[in-house]
This record gives sequence, C-alpha cells and structure tokens, in this order.
Amino acid sequence: MDKIDQELLEQIADLHTIPQGSYSIRKNGKVWDRNSTSDIEILPKKDKEGIDVIVHKNVKNQSVHIPVMITQGGLNDLVYNDFYIEENADVLIVAGCGIHNVSTQTSKHQGVHTFHLGKNSRVRYVEKHLGIGNQGEKILDPVTNVFMEEGSTMHMETVQLGGVSHSVRDTKATVADHATLVVEEKILTTGKQSATTNFEVVLQGKNSHAEITSRSVAKDHSYQSFDSQMIGKEECFGHVSCDGILVGNARIDSTPKLSCQNVSSTLIHEAAIGKIAGEQLTKLMTLGLSYEQAEELIIKGFLS
Amino acid sequence: MLTLDHIQYQVGENNTSKNIIEDISFSFLENTLYVITGQNGSGKSTLAKIIMGILPNTKGKIFLGKKDITKKSIQERVQLGLSFAFQQPVRFKGLTVKNLLDTASNHQYSIKELCEYLSMVGLCARDYIARPLDEKLSGGELKRIEIAMTLAQNKPIMIFDEPEAGIDLWSFDDLVKIFLMLKQQGKTIIIISHQEKILSIADQILVMQQGNIIAHGTPTEILPALSTSTKCIKLVEKGGNHGQN
Ligand SMILES: Nc1ncnc2c1ncn2[C@@H]1O[C@H](COP(=O)(O)OP(=O)(O)O)[C@@H](O)[C@H]1O
Ligand SMILES: [Mg+2]
Repeated sequence: MDKIDQELLEQIADLHTIPQGSYSIRKNGKVWDRNSTSDIEILPKKDKEGIDVIVHKNVKNQSVHIPVMITQGGLNDLVYNDFYIEENADVLIVAGCGIHNVSTQTSKHQGVHTFHLGKNSRVRYVEKHLGIGNQGEKILDPVTNVFMEEGSTMHMETVQLGGVSHSVRDTKATVADHATLVVEEKILTTGKQSATTNFEVVLQGKNSHAEITSRSVAKDHSYQSFDSQMIGKEECFGHVSCDGILVGNARIDSTPKLSCQNVSSTLIHEAAIGKIAGEQLTKLMTLGLSYEQAEELIIKGFLS
Repeated sequence: MLTLDHIQYQVGENNTSKNIIEDISFSFLENTLYVITGQNGSGKSTLAKIIMGILPNTKGKIFLGKKDITKKSIQERVQLGLSFAFQQPVRFKGLTVKNLLDTASNHQYSIKELCEYLSMVGLCARDYIARPLDEKLSGGELKRIEIAMTLAQNKPIMIFDEPEAGIDLWSFDDLVKIFLMLKQQGKTIIIISHQEKILSIADQILVMQQGNIIAHGTPTEILPALSTSTKCIKLVEKGGNHGQN
C-alpha cells in the first residue's frame, strides 16, 4: 500500500490498515485484496465484475469493508455487488470510492449495489465519495437497489464532500411490513461540479417507514439536483427533507413527488433551499470571525 | 470610553424616510453598568446594532477612546473590545454549543471551563456542550447560551439585549450578580431591559423614546418618573435632557 492508497482508504473507509473481518478492496478495476469469513462470505461473480456478499443468519456486530480506489486516469470501472443479509443478521457495511486522478483523462467508477435484507435484519451502510487531483474529471455514478423484507432496517449514510466532478446517484428501495429505511445524504459541490440524486422509495408494507434527509451545499457555479419519489401503498409513513445552502452562483433543484395510494399513508416532503441566513453570519462575526470564516464554519457545521 | 456623537439611523427613501434613531449622543464609561429602557419600538436594539457595526448609522460618529470606529467592521469592533448578546438568538444547524463557545473565546475550552460559563446562565452544563443550536433547543435555552457566549468573549464592553427573556427568576438573580461582578472588574456593561431588578442595579438608566434618549440618570432620579407612562411623556415635554454625561 503506498501513500496515496493509504490516504484514500483513510478518507473513504476510515481505514488505517487492512481491516479486520471480511473485506474486499478494489483498485484500478481489479480486486486488490480480499478476505472472506465464515460469518460474512465474499464470493466473486462468475459472469461479470463484482462480488456477492452473504451475511449469514443471526450474525451480529460484524462489519464488511468494500472500498474502491482509483489512481489511474482514463479508467472506466463498472462493478456489480450484491448483498444478501440473512434473517436477524446485523451488519455494518462500509463502501466508498476514492479517485486520485492527476492525469488529464476522465476516471469513472460505477458501483451497482443491490441489497436483499432478510426478515428482521439490520444494515448500516456507509458510503463516502472523494476526488483528488484537479485536471482529469472524476465521475461517480452509484446505483443502489434495496429490497427489504418484513421488520428489516436499513440505515444508509452517503457523503460526498468534494472533488467529484460529476455524480448521478440512483437509489431505489422497496420497503415491506414493519421495515424501516433511513437515508442521510450530505453533498458539497464546488467549481463547475454537478451532483444529481434520484430516490424512488415504495412503501409497500403495513407500517413501513422511510426517512430521507439530504443536506447539500452548492458553491461557485456548481449544480445539484434532488429528485425524490415516494409511494405509499399501505398504511405507512414517509418523510423526505431536503435542506440546501447556495453560495455564489450555484443552483439547486429539488423535485418532490409523493404518491399516497392508501388512505392511511402519510407522506411529507420538506425542502428549504437558500443562501446562508444573514443573521447567522452576523452572529458569528460578532464572535470575532470574518465573513469568510463565518461562512466556512456554518457550512462545516451544516454538513457535519 | 465608548462615545456616540450625534448618531442617526434613517430608513426608507426621501419622501418616506423615517428616523429609527433620531439624534443620540452619549458616552459610556468603564466600571459602570448602564441600563437602556423604553417602550417597544423606541430604537434600543437598533442602537445596540449600530454600536456593534451590524447596522450602519446614517449620520454621526462612534469613538472608542479617541479612536473613530464609525467605519470599522463587526470583526474589527470585536477585536477592539465590543461584544453583544442578541435579543433574538440565532439557531444553527449542526454547530454545537461547544463550537460557538470556542469561537466566542477564540480558543478551545476545557469541558470544565465550558461548564462554568454555562452554569453562570443556569444551564446544567454537561448536557448542553455537544448539543447543536438547532430547533430542538427551547427559546429559553438558546437565550442562555447566547448570554454565555458573550460572557465567554470576556470583552471590556458587553451589551446585552433583553437578557431576562426566557430565564427563570432564580437563575436571573445569579446572572444579575455576574453583571455586577463584571462591572467591578472595570468593564462597561450595557443592558437593554425592562426588568425592575436590572433597572435597580444600574449606575445609569437611559430612557429611549422614538429614537432619542429622552432622559438619563441614576435609578433614584429616573425610576419615579418611569412609574407611569404619562410621566415618561412629561420627560419628553421637558425637552429631553440627553447629551454627554
Ligand atoms: N429597516 C427598517 N425599516 C423600517 N423600520 C424599521 C427597520 N428596522 C427597524 N425598524 C423599526 O424601528 C423601530 C425600532 O426598532 P427596535 O430598535 O428593534 O426597537 P426596540 O428594541 O426598542 O423594541 C421599530 O418600530 C421597528 O419596526
Ligand atoms: Mg429590542
């Protein structure tokens, strides 16, 4: 592992060294290192790039790390990862992709992740994106499909705090009886970057529950789009909240769509996008900060 | 010494313009506790914001000692020794009480020091340090944290805009003692308030009406005249004996 690898791994997966337990580390379009355990099996796919991760029944307090590093320019990496979380299992999955591209060519990674959550299983899924280097474009287009069985819980945290030129994130979820989906996303775009997020959540089961929170900051001339569709088919509760801060000449579009198909479904969409409140800046300036320092602290807090 | 020299604050266009602050001259000394009182809308908060550089006065000058600070930014005024606790505290998504107290004091406090400042405003400190200043805090809690930030700044001149709002009487008694202690340390304490207790501890009470200081003096001089609103108006008819003190 060289210095760049180390930095990428640290930033995207909080890893200082090779992780314990199950992991699969991918670098420049190939498997770089992998470890499968009896609790969490990792099997390479036979027909295409990618892995099947099987978290066995009743496995608790375990984690699996599947970071992706790209340090080559001009690479287009497409990978399919499927996760099978068996009944009652409880697992932390740390994904994430770091692109270190100092070439002038575009580097792209697309991870298509499909989650199958068995009855009463629980997943916390953390995915961080990072781009380093200021010439070649760094593109990340993650696709996430989530199928949730009765009583399961999925907590998904996605973070993209800079350096990614363009990203399109597509997330689709189907939520069964008594299952809960929580999504927290944080995005910062600067310069001419763009980030698009599309959610489609079908609350299929009785007492299904979904909570989507997006916090985004768009600076300079960057552009973000947040598009969410939530469909309530049964007695269910869904809440989408999109909170955005604009700085400079940036733009954020938020398009909500709620479809209540059952009289007992409650769906809520909240969106607030605007520049930083003047009184927040003023308050911090009265604590001794300059305008720029105040802006920086507010954004740091907002995305923390 | 903080000196206001013919301060005016005008809003609106030519024919619809209005003086929120008409013409105020006054000097605030060290080692003194001032209470500014007056009806809602009389311009008290506006005056405080002008002193702090949050609003620009349209006429007049502000001096700190001999230094003209009229054109100084908020940040520069803070560096020169001014501080201000807002009447309406501000909420921040994601910033914690610790973040703000650290910013206020310009260094990282130990948990023990943070607790001391929060205890001064009657908050059970440890529970609050990591809390974000968001909508989950009540108005009263936020107000106390606002005051704690100004205390943590520990500047020579401290302005508090209606600090009594949202604070229970018991904690408020303690806060009054802190104001007196700060004054004794040589600071200039300026409190905007309607609260009797605060008025009674003032060295000087300033009465504002329609953008002017219409009277100032010690509590014994001012309080009897303030007891009814008609007397307050009489003071105006006398011509408003404002000016340098
Ligand atoms: N930009 C403005 N335009 C018009 N009126 C204003 C503006 N700012 C403040 N005012 C008015 O100035 C008056 C004084 O306000 P303020 O200083 O907050 O009073 P106080 O603190 O004494 O209650 C109020 O009547 C308020 O509505
Ligand atoms: Mg006021």
